[in-house]
Amino acid sequence: MRKSWWKILTAVLLLYTFTAGFLIKVPHVGNLKETIRNLFFHVPMWFGQIVLLTISLIYSLWYLRKPNLKYDIYAEAFAKTGILMGILGLVTGAIWATYTWGEPWSNDPKQIGVAIALLIYFAYLVLRNAVPDIDKRAKVSAVYNIFAYFIYLPLIMILPRLVESLHPGGKGVQGNPGLNGADLDATMRLVFWPAVIGWTLLGTWISTLNIRINLIRDKNLLNAE
Amino acid sequence: MLPALLVSTAIFAQDNGAPESVMRSNGKIYVVVAICVTILAGLFLYVVSIDRKIGKIEKDNL
Repeated sequence: MRKSWWKILTAVLLLYTFTAGFLIKVPHVGNLKETIRNLFFHVPMWFGQIVLLTISLIYSLWYLRKPNLKYDIYAEAFAKTGILMGILGLVTGAIWATYTWGEPWSNDPKQIGVAIALLIYFAYLVLRNAVPDIDKRAKVSAVYNIFAYFIYLPLIMILPRLVESLHPGGKGVQGNPGLNGADLDATMRLVFWPAVIGWTLLGTWISTLNIRINLIRDKNLLNAE
Repeated sequence: MLPALLVSTAIFAQDNGAPESVMRSNGKIYVVVAICVTILAGLFLYVVSIDRKIGKIEKDNL
């Protein structure tokens, strides 16, 4: 296995998340009860997604600077894993919301924002498949990926904070059953941050597998450059 | 983070000591932990095996 120390770290961090995440004492917040533990599983999906899509953006920028097909392969793989984490985040959020907000979909600004963001990223994958010419595909999708990222960020990080939201961190947070900074007590942080790093590393690991397969698939094209 | 990791190893150590009583304590939450850890371990083994397979193909192809 290639460069395995951080892969071992991934396993250690996630095994820790899956044990301590269920066993530590959690604060009592609103009607969350034990579901507050979703903080170790649902929330890291979004942290992981942001990191993976940012890496994807960097490779797209890189491609435009220096058009090497390798960077396109990197950008695609990280975007795909980021999208996967987004889907998982949306589904787990809907399950959580059913039992805390009363329904799976309450048109919460973050839910809507993230749904639009995911559609924009689905279009990235569709766009890629629609361009048969490899160099053109790489260039067009790099440009689109940059566009997508800078719509995605305001959709999930800025707009939801300007309006009232069931999620923590919206305008007028009082009275919402979610978490705010003060509720995330020290013990929870001790599991939360390792969980975020663990999930992000797992996403990176899966991305690298995809990258390595594509590098082999396209080795003739890559060697020709 | 290190103290937290030590805490989790302490939990594992308890498991080895008296599995029956630990597994049945606390509303049997440890059963859930055991199942989730098993699933996670299975997924990791699978990802590692894919990683190894790609490594072999890389050796022949790159």
